[in-house]
Amino acid sequence: MSEQKSLDIKVLGDSAIIIKLGEGIHPSIHQQVKNLSYLLDEYPFDGFIESVPAYNSLAVYYSPYLVHQSKNGFQIAGTPIEKVTDYINTLAIQISELPITKGRLVEIPVLYGGEFGPDLHIVAETHGMSIEEVIEIHSTPEYLVYMIGFAPGFPFLGGLDERIATPRKLTPRTSIPPGSVGIAGKQTGVYPLETPGGWQIIGRTPTDLFVPDMSPPSLLQSGDKIKFCPMTQEQYDEQKKVTTCQ
Amino acid sequence: MSVNVLNAGLLTTIQDIGRTGSQKFGVLVSGAMDSYSMRIANLLVGNDEREGVLEITLFGTKLQFEEDTLIAITGGDLQTTVDGIPVANWRPLIVRKGSILKFGFAIEGCRAYLAIAGGIDIPVVMESKSTYMVARIGGFKGRALQQNDQLSFGPLTESNDKVFTLIEREGTPDWAVPHHPLISLESTQTIRFIEGTEYKHFDDTSKQRLVREPYVVTPQSNRMGLRLEGQALSLTEKLEMLSEGVTFGTIQLPPNGKPIILMADRQTAGGYPKIGQVITADLGSLSQVKPNATLYFKLITHAEAERELIAKEELINQFKIGIQHNLRY
Repeated sequence: MSEQKSLDIKVLGDSAIIIKLGEGIHPSIHQQVKNLSYLLDEYPFDGFIESVPAYNSLAVYYSPYLVHQSKNGFQIAGTPIEKVTDYINTLAIQISELPITKGRLVEIPVLYGGEFGPDLHIVAETHGMSIEEVIEIHSTPEYLVYMIGFAPGFPFLGGLDERIATPRKLTPRTSIPPGSVGIAGKQTGVYPLETPGGWQIIGRTPTDLFVPDMSPPSLLQSGDKIKFCPMTQEQYDEQKKVTTCQ
Repeated sequence: MSVNVLNAGLLTTIQDIGRTGSQKFGVLVSGAMDSYSMRIANLLVGNDEREGVLEITLFGTKLQFEEDTLIAITGGDLQTTVDGIPVANWRPLIVRKGSILKFGFAIEGCRAYLAIAGGIDIPVVMESKSTYMVARIGGFKGRALQQNDQLSFGPLTESNDKVFTLIEREGTPDWAVPHHPLISLESTQTIRFIEGTEYKHFDDTSKQRLVREPYVVTPQSNRMGLRLEGQALSLTEKLEMLSEGVTFGTIQLPPNGKPIILMADRQTAGGYPKIGQVITADLGSLSQVKPNATLYFKLITHAEAERELIAKEELINQFKIGIQHNLRY
């Protein structure tokens, strides 16, 4: 076992902490975030509520009162934050010993352009490319899902090819239909719900990203990889319910 | 057993202790803004303290009961009447079949909580009955109540029955749970906070302003957040921030320098610098401030915040024992 090195833990009020596992956006740092999240789910402490992964940090929510009341759940006596910090630091020794999980590869079919992707030509014109080139570049990489947030099931993805990075629209649309695939600066993503937004919309997927009655309710999870696959209008119409590329 | 909504009022939603466990899927926690009042309302009718209740905002809600129903109202004082006769909050009462429960205008506080014996019979979504309006899930059809909605109640438990029988026999008690130790309903409040994750990145002037100057709750405030107007706060230098977790009570600073305090319907993550964090023990009081109310802030330590939180939970435990003793369940 390696020597214990304390984690960078910041308090987020009296009932949550943020554990910073590195700087910037890198798959290797995110792997540490995922591993710690996994460990906490497997070995929750008394009073643990949930953990929420972000790019390079993990937020941990807990009940200080239950931590305070816990008789045998912690190795040290002390205030709730002292107990929780000690517990997580001890647990974290195992982070680097965990095998690197590959995460799932989720394929998301997309009907690019036309009525469903009204801004595809803007992205193409911005970069002096053909529409086909933009589709090719967008649908080639495997994107890492760093976190889910902003809206239920909404993935924050890493890995957009900078050749098609495009600024947001100057005037956001008041309503973007669910399933819309967009680009905003160096980010790309899919809108699970109808919401206002300023992303350049380049296509739409028939796949549901968020279904409240499903368990888990979100198609995607932090750590998954996704790949966009171009589809035709006919396939779109037929496959409204298909969740993988054919 | 059910109740008909004659007038939905400004904003009436079903809320419970909140939808935890799904934030990693981007699902908001929601739940009652003032969960202390919500918990006491439930205990007063013999419900589990986490059961869904109606959260009634500021004014106007009017309900008609189809059967004799055991209820309790807590939180802000919205001048509640039954068939025109004022009723007292913070104690159990029975509303008779056909009677109309009307919430007037909030003279103290902002939100009232109405607990109904047996709870509200709606589907539990991701382990919660709370209404998540943006995603249209939970609550009554995923939305705020509307005129002519009909809400059904859950079956009465043994403890609901015992309270019902007692109140039926002896009438509404002459005691009430005192709200002062739990929440403040004053129109001007001093809210305690601890340093936020980016506190040290704010300049000294801003740190002084936050604890000395008044901040006004603007009418743009809602269940997502309280938007404050007052002396602007600023960082010593621009920070490059990535989205990370936020929580109930996070005081964050968007680029315009006007603080926003995140409330029950906050998003799961945010990328603005966080100057402070309202302590959990003061979130109930904070949830009771009306638009245009004035807030002052007081900085305390994390250890004090923990002690206040624990003290309040122990107080609720005492109230619970007292209520169960008095209502014999």
